[in-house]
Amino acid sequence: MDERVMAMKISFNLNGEDVSINIDDHITLLEMLRDSFELYGAKEGCGYGECGSCTVIVDDMAINSCLMLAVSVNGRTVVTVEGLAGPRGELDPLQQAFVDRGAVQCGFCTPGMIMSAKALLKEKSNPGEEEIRKGMAGNLCRCTGYSKIVEAIKCASEGGCSCGKGF
Amino acid sequence: MAKVFEPTIKAMEFINIGKRVPKLDAWDKVQGKTMYIHDVKLPRMLHGKILWSKYPHARIVSIDTSKAEQLPGVRAVITGYNTPEIRCGFIKDNPVLKKDKVRQYRDEVAAVAADTLEIAEKAVKLIDVAYEELPAVFDPEEAMQEGAPLIHEDKGSNVLKLPWKMICGDVEEGRKQADYIVEETFRLPFVTHCCLGTSGCVAQFDAKGNLTVYSPTQIRFLAHKDFQEAMKALGLKDKTVKVIQTAIGGGFGSKLDTYPFEFITIMLAYYSGRAVKLVYTREEEFFASPGRQPVRAKISQGCTREGKLTFRDIEMILDNGAYTSWGATTPSVMMMPISSLYQVPNIRYVAKCVHTNNIYSTAMRGYGNPQATFAIESQIDTLAEKAGFDPWQFRMINRNRPGEVTPQKFEITSCGMKECLEAVKEKLQWDEKRGKSNGRGVGIASLIHVGGGARIYKSDGCGTILKLDDFGKASLLSSASDMGQGSDTILAMIVAEELGLNVEDVTVIMKDTDLEIWDAGAHASRSTFVAGNSALYAARKAKEEILEFAATMLKEPKENLYLRDRKVFSCNNPEATMDIDKLLRAAHFRTNGRQIVVSEFYDPPTVMLDREMKGNFSAAYTYGVHGVEVEVDQETGQIKILKYIIAMDVGRALNPMAVEGQLEGGGAMGLGYSLMEELHLEKGKLLNGNFLDYKILTFPDMPNIDSVIVETIDEKGPFGAKGIGEPPLVGSAPAIANAVWDAVGVRIRSLPITPEKIVAALEEKQRSNS
Ligand code: FES
Ligand code: FES
Repeated sequence: MDERVMAMKISFNLNGEDVSINIDDHITLLEMLRDSFELYGAKEGCGYGECGSCTVIVDDMAINSCLMLAVSVNGRTVVTVEGLAGPRGELDPLQQAFVDRGAVQCGFCTPGMIMSAKALLKEKSNPGEEEIRKGMAGNLCRCTGYSKIVEAIKCASEGGCSCGKGF
Repeated sequence: MAKVFEPTIKAMEFINIGKRVPKLDAWDKVQGKTMYIHDVKLPRMLHGKILWSKYPHARIVSIDTSKAEQLPGVRAVITGYNTPEIRCGFIKDNPVLKKDKVRQYRDEVAAVAADTLEIAEKAVKLIDVAYEELPAVFDPEEAMQEGAPLIHEDKGSNVLKLPWKMICGDVEEGRKQADYIVEETFRLPFVTHCCLGTSGCVAQFDAKGNLTVYSPTQIRFLAHKDFQEAMKALGLKDKTVKVIQTAIGGGFGSKLDTYPFEFITIMLAYYSGRAVKLVYTREEEFFASPGRQPVRAKISQGCTREGKLTFRDIEMILDNGAYTSWGATTPSVMMMPISSLYQVPNIRYVAKCVHTNNIYSTAMRGYGNPQATFAIESQIDTLAEKAGFDPWQFRMINRNRPGEVTPQKFEITSCGMKECLEAVKEKLQWDEKRGKSNGRGVGIASLIHVGGGARIYKSDGCGTILKLDDFGKASLLSSASDMGQGSDTILAMIVAEELGLNVEDVTVIMKDTDLEIWDAGAHASRSTFVAGNSALYAARKAKEEILEFAATMLKEPKENLYLRDRKVFSCNNPEATMDIDKLLRAAHFRTNGRQIVVSEFYDPPTVMLDREMKGNFSAAYTYGVHGVEVEVDQETGQIKILKYIIAMDVGRALNPMAVEGQLEGGGAMGLGYSLMEELHLEKGKLLNGNFLDYKILTFPDMPNIDSVIVETIDEKGPFGAKGIGEPPLVGSAPAIANAVWDAVGVRIRSLPITPEKIVAALEEKQRSNS
């Protein structure tokens, strides 16, 4: 097995801030975020692209950070769940909707869910239930049965939902 | 009086109870601020890794760890040969590091602690183990045969010596009285919890040799006891143990026992002198964390011409796997639906748990009830039809009623079975939809579960310490565990209600065995009822003290005073009022001042099952009914769920949003169990240990669940509530099997109900028709 490890210097925008770091080329984005930046929001639920709990947004796209190499975010923009709340900790409407609609139980899937939903809403400001379910298919949750997450996403979308809090 | 939930006049009077209160920790969770075991990092912490066995049954000839020990960065290498023996499980048949032989693929043979996880992974690969394969047995019925390989030679038999036998009335007499009898065999698969957060722990010794374990356990006090016992083996009997519970990334029963990996982590920390963290990969979570036990159930039931059940006779064989954890005690809970789901006068139940070289089993949400209820409720439909009854009508005839004492001596207090049946019938449009045999069908299944704790240990208690500060805020140190179900919020609501505070005035702390009183753990759907009553009685004590002092301050009789909106009021004198924070400060800052700190240890009024396995072991019982409408594609066997209704008698819905969360989440887990989940083992080896091959429901698969909350206001529950954590998954499988029968006329007697099984059954049906 070839065990040569190459360190590479990369620069990227992380949650609105320009950062640079020397990182080994075999490290995943998830490992770098957690181990080097101490951003523990993205979780490893499987480590191989099947659960979505490691989802972050790279250049407006929701990706599984466990599958992406850290070096490949060089020059790009990365947003993690820690990057959503406002400067004084005001929740993003999507986060607020997750809270209000009971979309959080154990919470292990939650950061990944929120990042996937964020990207979904960016792409489609007013998705229907089917579209939400299809768009979120890569994120697993074992606690909620999904309905309350769908409601929360609907609630934070442009059209809002019956609870009237809306976007 | 039982009724379908809508806020009643009484409920309107509550300030907090009955409101849709968001989960207290949701704010942190949506920001990624919550610390799970994966996120715990201590100074100079090492990483642990386990070497798993390569055979299902083999003698360990030798273990050579020398290469691993020489790898730079390796700090400890342990095996069963260089450590004292520690055994786990309730009959202590599971040595945490295996010596002499391995009995299943996932056996722990050695372990390493190293500076990084990478080094630890490399090091375990450098350990050489020489094995000598032994004949193995994977089928419990074969394992029961004379001459089958013995999994534990010292036990003399593969059949566990457990008292799983219950007789009520006279089954032979019941058979004689029956005009109709049905006898069938059902099979239930091996499935697993699939918590999104994998298992793990961190162990650390301080300079005096006292141990701290960080763990997402559901049983921090029982774990505390197990770890304290292990300290004895390490020669540290006089040292203390502290368990700190991290956020739990899903429990569902998986964290209801202590497992070898935890003791291994403790030993690695001990021998390395450093903090050690060991967290399972998803692959390990699949093969190394025990699941729900597979069951074969032979069942017969009979009824009279009038549709009254006369007997129920069940024999079961459970594949216990190689070691014994709580899975082996699930028959004690299966007895509950067997004896007490519907009125059945004559019952016989015998279960055998059998060792095999398969992966062992533990507790999982429902704790045996889903297996037993699948058999009972599938057969109820068949029996009803044979006796010429509409299955809904048949259930109404035999339903349980409030105030009855069941053959197992359960004292039923509240019982909303009738209301649940009626609600589901209406929502499902049962009369219009049933019996069309056109590929669409409807099915129902009822259930019973413990709703008021379960006295499986001598104590079913739970402690609370409640402390009020000078600012009118309360700290609630509860011994309960929140796995995401929302007991933190429920407890805060209860205390706030009683003390006239807002929910945000109550800080709930449940995490540290040094701070809190004992509790039996988050099992048996007991938190709302037992921890809830504990919190309620603590709050009442605090209230007494507050009002006593307020009476002297306001010069009003105590009986006239009440707490509301963070104030004390008098019902006679509108002038006599005082803010609670002011009152608390006045009580504190004075000569002979006092602060209000109270404690409560609540143990429900129940008994343990006696030698005949009878007795009122729960203070209340929860009832529910599942109803589904399915569409079955007769070509492909695909099932589409068109409608899914769960009606649950919850006593009182303290937080309807949390109740729905349990119904929806439990329903999803139940649907997975019914339709797709199964761990496939080939000669003891797991073949589908990943989310691609072991499917759980995803967003597109999951229908919306129509939750019907029935309130019966239980006399013993906190504000009338009963537990509902587990039951929402219990009725899924039989309701679907019954709907499939209604849709296409085939009876699937094994789970999961896959398209292949349906196609095969349809072909079989066609063959026998022609
Ligand atoms: S951890 Fe990345 S998809 Fe599961
Ligand atoms: S909330 Fe627990 S996995 Fe989604």
